Amino acid sequence: MAKIFVYTEINGGKPATVALELLTKAKSLGGEVAAVALGPDAEQAAAALGDHGATTVFVGTDPAYADVLMGGPGADALAALVAEHQPDVVLFGGTYASRDVAGRLAVKLDVPVIANGLGIDVDGDVTVHSSIFGATQNVATKFEAKRPAIAIIRAKSFAAEPSGGAAPAVVQISTPVADKHRSARVVERLADVATGPKLEEAPVVISGGRGLVDAKNFALLDQLAELVHGAVGASRAVVDAGWVPYAMQVGQTGKTVKPQVYIACGISGAMQHTVGMKGSKSIIAINKDPEAPIFKLADLGVVGDTLKVLPAVIEALQNRPN
Amino acid sequence: MKVVVCIKQVPDPNSVGQLDPTTHRLRRDGELVLDPGDEFGVEAGLQLAEAHGGEVTVISMGPERGIDAVRKALAMGAAKGVLVTDEGLGGSDALTTAKVLAAAIKREGFDIVITATESTDGYTGVVPQMVAELLDVPAVTFAKEVTSDGTALKVKRQTEIGFDLIEATLPAVVSVTAGVNEPRYPSLKGIMGAKSKPLDTLTVADLGIGDVGGATAGQAVSAVEPAAQRQAGEIIQDDGEAAARIVAFLAEKKVI
Repeated sequence: MAKIFVYTEINGGKPATVALELLTKAKSLGGEVAAVALGPDAEQAAAALGDHGATTVFVGTDPAYADVLMGGPGADALAALVAEHQPDVVLFGGTYASRDVAGRLAVKLDVPVIANGLGIDVDGDVTVHSSIFGATQNVATKFEAKRPAIAIIRAKSFAAEPSGGAAPAVVQISTPVADKHRSARVVERLADVATGPKLEEAPVVISGGRGLVDAKNFALLDQLAELVHGAVGASRAVVDAGWVPYAMQVGQTGKTVKPQVYIACGISGAMQHTVGMKGSKSIIAINKDPEAPIFKLADLGVVGDTLKVLPAVIEALQNRPN
Repeated sequence: MKVVVCIKQVPDPNSVGQLDPTTHRLRRDGELVLDPGDEFGVEAGLQLAEAHGGEVTVISMGPERGIDAVRKALAMGAAKGVLVTDEGLGGSDALTTAKVLAAAIKREGFDIVITATESTDGYTGVVPQMVAELLDVPAVTFAKEVTSDGTALKVKRQTEIGFDLIEATLPAVVSVTAGVNEPRYPSLKGIMGAKSKPLDTLTVADLGIGDVGGATAGQAVSAVEPAAQRQAGEIIQDDGEAAARIVAFLAEKKVI
């Protein structure tokens, strides 16, 4: 029976949603599933991790975790656990800190990493499924003999489902945070002022691209987002141009979103972008160029000027009887 | 300050990618360009070197004609280029790439290594962290702002909810996000000057790191197939009624 470890980021005592998704999947693969949670308040997450499939939760609660970057210490702790328990697979979500840990762990163990996974099979072989070239082709990549297989899986690849299992065994780990990892310190953690739902969780995502002409026109997207309880995303082109932060980027190098409705505003539909949004339930596209590839994906395509259409939509919503 | 910037030459992101049908490797026989993400890294490196003295060395691994990407970085203002190019490196995975880059970085020496967060073609997004582990220094990844007093760094690091303020002593690896700065265009003088700048071309043997490349990558593509495609729906011209149609669509989907 395959032994699967899931690295779990902890924020404010809560596990990252993607870790719960990965645990649910790992449990469905029929293996022996353990979660690894590091952070001063990691133990608080144990029940939720158990409920999603972990029968064992390894927790490291060194207070030093509070203000170090997790890459180095996370990889140290996992390398020790791997040496002791020899898992077949170690799964990571595709979040910033998890990518740091996964990369450093792979070097320590001298094993390959497969990233951007959307699915995984474990049946003696370990195969990761991903998509390339703007999700036009699906690729299966198999790990060769070396174990553990380290895979980084994109958020939202699986649903997180509590299974009501028994409380997990909680095992304290003793790997300390090495002094060398303290040369980089988190001095302060700042949260963006969040006025609506998170990009990955919003029922409606409204994304802007070059067709908005100027960064200031993102205000229209914010206004619309407020009216439909949505979140605002962006194409790579406008993130590269410095209009909006990288955290808002939807696409291959960015976030994957699967809202009920995705509204692409002034986005041409480069493959780099569509890979992050084509799993949306419904897609509305507004673009001046009738040839824009985004129209090939759209359930409703509007050929027109985003800067005229959006204000009209906002006005119509404001005047709509409740 | 000795600044090393890792760069990659990638197939033009505006072109449609292709896999070689037999090796399942990305075909790189079309036009190759400096990865757009790397322009931010080169710019960040140049700004640090300009502020604190020192020079920028750019290091790349790839096919021989990738030298144009190195030249572009030299034209932007880097002082020296290193291209590791070797038949045996075809099909390298992230770990092999990191081993090669780390060996080349050690050979040059460094106070800070700057990379992008991920390449535009392979986008594994773990090479910076791997290089840091191999160099045994911290990796301050996903930087959206980098400043330095010459011996330490202050970085605003992207997080899921906002950003962390990080202070780190050098040496360190820093990966920068897109939009961290505004990359300069190479000037005509820069382009002319780049031709006389030192540019080393190295093989794996020159780096003394032995067994690398596709054969040792530890993973293999087992299947490739076309993905199911969405069908296009209703397309309308905006004749003034489009807003009403969009609102009706949102109501149909029960999100308003």
